[in-house]
Amino acid sequence: MWKKFYAWLDERLGLNDLYKATLDRPEPKGNWWNTLGSASLFLFLLQGVTGIFLTVYYTPSPDHAYDSIQYIMNEVAFGWLIRGIHHWGATLMVLVVFIHMLRVFVTASYKYPRELTWIIGVGLLLLTLGMGFTGYLLPWNQRAYWATTVGTEIAGAVPFIGGFITRALRGGEDLSALTLSRFFSAHIWMLPALLAGLIGVHIYLIVKHGESAFPDRED
Amino acid sequence: MARSHHIGRRDFIKLVTAAVGSFIAAGIGIPAIGYLIHPALKTGQGKEAWIPLGPLENFEIGKPTLVNFTRTRVNGWERTSNSYGVYVVRTSADEVVVFSNVCTHLGCRVNWKEEIGAYVCPCHDAEFAADGSIVRGPQPRPLDRYEGEALRIQDGIVEILFTEG
Repeated sequence: MWKKFYAWLDERLGLNDLYKATLDRPEPKGNWWNTLGSASLFLFLLQGVTGIFLTVYYTPSPDHAYDSIQYIMNEVAFGWLIRGIHHWGATLMVLVVFIHMLRVFVTASYKYPRELTWIIGVGLLLLTLGMGFTGYLLPWNQRAYWATTVGTEIAGAVPFIGGFITRALRGGEDLSALTLSRFFSAHIWMLPALLAGLIGVHIYLIVKHGESAFPDRED
Repeated sequence: MARSHHIGRRDFIKLVTAAVGSFIAAGIGIPAIGYLIHPALKTGQGKEAWIPLGPLENFEIGKPTLVNFTRTRVNGWERTSNSYGVYVVRTSADEVVVFSNVCTHLGCRVNWKEEIGAYVCPCHDAEFAADGSIVRGPQPRPLDRYEGEALRIQDGIVEILFTEG
């Protein structure tokens, strides 16, 4: 029954070919350092799922943001768990993505023909940091408020257009409801959409070029 | 397999994988479902309060009068205040009937129309007679009324026993 169903699907979707191309690829040599990309992907998905769950109760308005998070933490069943995973997963993701980058650098895996994979990877690192920056404001507590004040102030240090950048980030002169809602929009729509798209290209390039061999004494 | 009563290596691996997999699925699934349905598990049912509607002598005999009151309830991190309305109909010097203004069809609020002598629901044109009975429309039953245990006149004040839920 299941075999017939699977064969029907496979005939139309090419599942076996897909499996061979994406997951059954030859590995140069098993190495734990090569798992950091997959770990980053897993963390991205985990952040996505827990983030979607958080939006069920979270409200991006200065009147309700803090209270809605208090509600998630203290009242909702397993709310502390979902938010806890999202909170610590964020930190872990920045860490894992960064170590992933270091590994690629140290093993010189960014060289021809994988330069584009590297460049996109840099974009992914910056987007991950952007997710951290925008997500940090959302609890709308003192720490979040002042961290964003400082962060947007730093962006204002750019010569000539600094003031404009600060106003663009804040949605005006001050940190306000506009700042909160645009950070929320960036955090749940714009940055994740860019991340997902670039992750797709990143993975396509890895599948296309295969994994790089670790350099040996000869190199 | 049948030759030995010991479980084979492959079957053992399958069994362990299925068991561990189910365990992890439950560990993720139960919190996820609990998180989503949490507010649905709380109901205000059983919370009762006597609501004073005003002195009986203020109501004109035979004329349905709308009395509004609000109740607040904590939903999530916010207090929600809901408006409720009841029609008080004084039937004689010391008797009174109180109807809920919630249409028995789909919960819109009915209005008393003096010119046709009926309660009319603005949503689907349900009409109820002055005594709450069905005149015409899609409603399955007459207007709900506060009576018996849920209605009293205390010191000349009409009061209803309001149940949240």
